Amino acid sequence: MTDKKQQFTHGVKDGIPIGLGYFAVSFTFGMAATKNGIPIGISVLISATNLTSAGQFAALSIIAENGGYFLMFLTQLVINLRYCLMSLSLTQKMERTSTIPQLMLVSFGVTDEIFGISAAKEGAVSPFYNYGAMSVAIPGWVLGTFLGALSGKLLPAMFISALSVAIYGMFLAIIIPPAKKDSAILIAVLLAMALASCFTYLPVLKTVSSGMMIIIVTVLVSAIVALIRPVTVTDPEGEDL
Amino acid sequence: MKNIYVYILIMAVTTYLIRMLPLVLVRKEIKNVFIRSFLTYVPYAALAAMTFPAILSSTDSVISAACGFATAVILSYFEKSLITVALSACGVVFLVERAMEIISNF
Repeated sequence: MTDKKQQFTHGVKDGIPIGLGYFAVSFTFGMAATKNGIPIGISVLISATNLTSAGQFAALSIIAENGGYFLMFLTQLVINLRYCLMSLSLTQKMERTSTIPQLMLVSFGVTDEIFGISAAKEGAVSPFYNYGAMSVAIPGWVLGTFLGALSGKLLPAMFISALSVAIYGMFLAIIIPPAKKDSAILIAVLLAMALASCFTYLPVLKTVSSGMMIIIVTVLVSAIVALIRPVTVTDPEGEDL
Repeated sequence: MKNIYVYILIMAVTTYLIRMLPLVLVRKEIKNVFIRSFLTYVPYAALAAMTFPAILSSTDSVISAACGFATAVILSYFEKSLITVALSACGVVFLVERAMEIISNF
């Protein structure tokens, strides 16, 4: 077996748990998309071209509210800006022999989880390792979206209502464990929820669209917590997708 | 009505460029502590803002949603897996809504 094949196989192996996790998350994304009136094919296309849960989920409300294109751009920029940090960190980690086309392909698969396994790998990382992980993670993400969107169409209303909390449950399962260990994250979570509540219930503030609300709250809260609790560790790893 | 394909194009291109440009063009890490810290907190702030209070209006009744929320918070606190947390919250919402149906039919 050549080294490339070995790296690819290794990537596939490490990518399997990621693919399974993605399947579950994207299933709930697909259901939420259907609930927002988005056709199944479009949901699948969104997942196949974006590969990012928080960004895709935020996009749903913008599409449903017929929000502006610039708002869509700004939302994706803010919510996905952390990938910039991961890619920067990966530049130190990829094999020096990696070509630009290889790096361009690897870029598409920079998610929190795939970045996580690449960053954790000992020594330099081969692009073929990332291809391997992507080759299971991406189908998991796309297939989950499809089946979730389909269930959103086929299941009776009482099941849809119950399943609608699934994606929020997952988000909570992502943010609460680290918030328990790091009080700065806890502050960020509580502050964001409090501010989002203000934007949902207070007069004047509740006229702001939910897409814009997410941007304002995210930027404000991240800046405040960054000022009062700057990060000292060098690990830029996030926890969600 | 905006064009759905334009939305998707904007999403896909923006997200891809954020990932691709640093990896291909830049060869050094961000050293600025404020920027690093800001980017570290972004996912938590964004996910929290998207979750609460939106979760409360996600189901047929605010009561079932609140029960689902409480279930998810408690199980997450005990670090159960993503799937366990999500399915348990769904199960609780389902049961609470069925119970509410029974009560309201009496």
